[in-house]
Amino acid sequence: MSLLAPISCLTLVPLVGAIAVLALDEKNKKMARALALAFALLALAMALGLWHRFNSALGGLQFEEIHAWIPTLGVQYHVGIDGLGLLMLLLSAIIVPMAIAASWRIQERAPLYFSLILMLEAGLFGTFTALNFFHWFLFWELSLIPAFFLIRLWGGSRRAAAATQFFVYTMVGSVALLLAFLAIFLCTGKFDFMDLAELARNGQLLPAFSVLTRWHHFTAETIALLLCFGAFLGFAVKVPLVPFHTWLPATYAEAPSGVVMLLTGAMSKMGLYGFLRILLPIFCVQLRSLRTPLLWLAVATIILSAYAAMAQKDLKRIFAYSSINHLGYCMLGIFSILKFTGDNPALAAEKAAALNGVLLQMFNHGLTAATLFWFVALLEKRSGGLRGLDDFGGLRKVVPVFCGLMGIALFSSLGLPGLNGFVGEFLIFKGTFPLATWPSSVSVLGLLVTAIFILTILQRVFSGPLNERWSQMPDLTTQERLALLPAIALMFVLGVYPQAILGVINSTTMQIVHQLRF
Amino acid sequence: MLAWTIYISFLGVLALMLLPRSSVLVARILALLTAVAGFAVTVVSFAQQRSGELVTVAQASWIPSLGIEYHLASDGISLTLLLLTGIVAIAGILFSWNIEYRAKEFFAFYLALIGGVYGVFLSFDLLLLFVFYEIAIIPKYFLIAIWGSTRREYAAMKLALYSFVGSAMVLIGLIAAYVIAGGRTMDLVQLSQFPFPVHFQMWAFPLVFAGFGILAGLWPFHTWAPTGHVAAPTAASMLLAGVVMKLGAYGCLRVAMTLFPRGLDAWGFHVLGFGSWRDVFALLALIGIVYGAMVALVQKDFKFVVGYSSVSHMGFVLLGLMTLQQIGLDGAVLQMFSHGVIAGLLFAVVGRMVYDRTHTRDLSELETMHLGKVIPFAAATFILGGIASIGLPGFSGFVAELQILIGAWRSFPLAAIVAGAGIVIGIAYTWRAMQKAFFGASEPGVSADTHSLPAISIPERIGAVILLGASVVIGLYPQLLLRVIAPALHSPMFDGLWKGSGR
Repeated sequence: MSLLAPISCLTLVPLVGAIAVLALDEKNKKMARALALAFALLALAMALGLWHRFNSALGGLQFEEIHAWIPTLGVQYHVGIDGLGLLMLLLSAIIVPMAIAASWRIQERAPLYFSLILMLEAGLFGTFTALNFFHWFLFWELSLIPAFFLIRLWGGSRRAAAATQFFVYTMVGSVALLLAFLAIFLCTGKFDFMDLAELARNGQLLPAFSVLTRWHHFTAETIALLLCFGAFLGFAVKVPLVPFHTWLPATYAEAPSGVVMLLTGAMSKMGLYGFLRILLPIFCVQLRSLRTPLLWLAVATIILSAYAAMAQKDLKRIFAYSSINHLGYCMLGIFSILKFTGDNPALAAEKAAALNGVLLQMFNHGLTAATLFWFVALLEKRSGGLRGLDDFGGLRKVVPVFCGLMGIALFSSLGLPGLNGFVGEFLIFKGTFPLATWPSSVSVLGLLVTAIFILTILQRVFSGPLNERWSQMPDLTTQERLALLPAIALMFVLGVYPQAILGVINSTTMQIVHQLRF
Repeated sequence: MLAWTIYISFLGVLALMLLPRSSVLVARILALLTAVAGFAVTVVSFAQQRSGELVTVAQASWIPSLGIEYHLASDGISLTLLLLTGIVAIAGILFSWNIEYRAKEFFAFYLALIGGVYGVFLSFDLLLLFVFYEIAIIPKYFLIAIWGSTRREYAAMKLALYSFVGSAMVLIGLIAAYVIAGGRTMDLVQLSQFPFPVHFQMWAFPLVFAGFGILAGLWPFHTWAPTGHVAAPTAASMLLAGVVMKLGAYGCLRVAMTLFPRGLDAWGFHVLGFGSWRDVFALLALIGIVYGAMVALVQKDFKFVVGYSSVSHMGFVLLGLMTLQQIGLDGAVLQMFSHGVIAGLLFAVVGRMVYDRTHTRDLSELETMHLGKVIPFAAATFILGGIASIGLPGFSGFVAELQILIGAWRSFPLAAIVAGAGIVIGIAYTWRAMQKAFFGASEPGVSADTHSLPAISIPERIGAVILLGASVVIGLYPQLLLRVIAPALHSPMFDGLWKGSGR
């Protein structure tokens, strides 16, 4: 069966798992987490199967499924993946088992917790594969609801406010997105992303908007810009881009660590994916006209979040801001390729390099940030909930293995060559420098500040005089080491052999670059 | 065969009347069987009817001298609403399983109401339709007056008076139409073909539309709805909000808009910016959407929140009707179904799951009870129902409101934006009610007595699953209903509507 409709089956697996886990008895904690992990691993295996059968020489969509759904609204069930979609599927499938492992000790209402995580995974899979706005939006929202309840019910002391803020921000973005796409539907009668991109490439989208111009005498260009902004808002909140980021630190600080891993590892990629899959092909012209302010917005995201991270005392908040910082590089890369380069093949190659870097960075940040939050969870477990920068000191002597492994993750986040973080950032800077020289030069400051706050963590938490309070802290258990091992190993593998990912995505990025028409 | 929905319901009433007073359980089971039988008949007919075309169910001469016939028929719109009635009726009985006080009379009135509703949805003769419409008012009054709660006499009387005023308006319009058409027939299909003079349609349309609109919660004639919903016992609230309000909207579409389509035309002059009755009613619908939502936002009583949300959601139905676009009308009919099941579900949670256990609906009192932990099933049901109500994709409300908004955008762009704002307020009040009722912020251990609340019973669970399931099925596969709704809107009855000048 999985041969017939591999993507639908993949989306269905976590959904079935969610229902199965939910049906379990409240007291059956062990069963719940084991079952959830089994389903998550099954989904991972299926995603790896897709990776195996994926033809990386093709840039276009593969494993497509198209079925009629609601003909009166022009809605089809249309799914498919290219290199970008595959990469995001893999990332989600990797992050979810990690998040389940990090939440192993959840006591309160465990079946519901794991069920919601699997539901979130289904939402992620759906979002990364759907190609028709209708069910894409369904999955986009579907992922929001479990995330809200995971924060609301299992979060820290100020969870109510954080969950509400998270929900309201994302909801406002979603409503803007919905309105924009309804307007597009009114003009074109289409909900399919591929059809809309096709229209945009042929220059038929702008004339279509003239349907709306009789209203308030807007020109078609103004309307296109408005709609572009609506869709932009939806994605910018999710990524997030400064100044739409203010929900993030509070949410990450209050959410349970397993959930933060999902939020930062996979859900933040939904926004970037939206930029690449939806906004860039459809609103290419409009985005290009806003290129300069957008680039500087990305720069502001990079620098402000880096400085904000430096000013924090709470480890979760530091990593939250660092997350914004890392995704800022992706935004920088995406906006830089909007430059009009004519037929210059050298610059086209730079665009492909930047875009390859963006995709690589998306994957790497997902992996690294999720691992870092996992370490915070492990630390919190040992310290009884304390996670302040100044609460520790000299842990290196007490828990050497913990410090060693977390150090690797920290250095990966810093972008040390040889670890996964480096290649993505390097490619982004290599590509953006010729395309957007000033913004990328200024952004380098972000790298420097990142280095400072990461080294500060190493110094304050791991080194220095031992805080006597923690002299009895137990080191990582064997199970924990084994669970962390794949993530750490992957960091090394991708650092040394990034081709594993680049090979899959290169054709897709080339196609995206070639399909940009201004 | 569909006619049996009506007969079965009234046979059920008869059987219940004959039961001895003491046999409560038998009364419940009998009522449930009657409702299930009615629903089964509808489902079979629905499956048999491939397209949504008009199919005559029963036709017999009744008062030949006046040209009045006993004419029952159904098309896609009727079928959709019959299905809704069957679903809500079954769920309502399941949620009334705990009624002990004069149970057999309760179920008898309940089934009589359902029989009347089935009758309205199937009648294609104006007099017959009017008779069933009136039949439905009487059981409503008694259900609220005898088994109701807060200010029940007042609410029952208000509901009855509003209904009678509405039917009087309708009656005047219908008799006038009958006389002008020559006094030969009361048949809806035939009358809809009659070219009534435009000046007559211009006053008859607003009269009949507003008359039916009263029952659909048209602002500013909506005030019976919240008080009535709140005072009514759970099953009656479910029927009132779920089905009876649809009677009004159905009448607007089936009678007012088919008989007097030219009444929607432009007046040829403007008064305060309004150029036609269509503009006026669209604005009233819009005010209903926003006003209902804003009032729901500040309610102290949990049930009033749901009551006012009904006014808001019915505003979408009326707005959809006024778009005069295929997609908007499709959406309006779908929204009737969608709101029916969702409102039924929300009233069930508030009235049965929460109020019958805690004996309070005051949100500030509920806040201290931690109901989210004590009765998690109720909390989960309300969350899912609330999500469906605010129109999240995957539930029926999304498809319905989406189509209405698209239609509205084509006809009145500004209205679409304001209605969108209404949806946002909808999120806010649902949110607030959910937070306060189930996830109160106060410290635990304040009210230990809540732990003695009885668990959610099996009938309640089944009822909730039925209603939620209906919303999800239609949300994921709206084509199931749209398949019959869309052709029905193109039957000859609606020709006048589509051929109206300048549309």
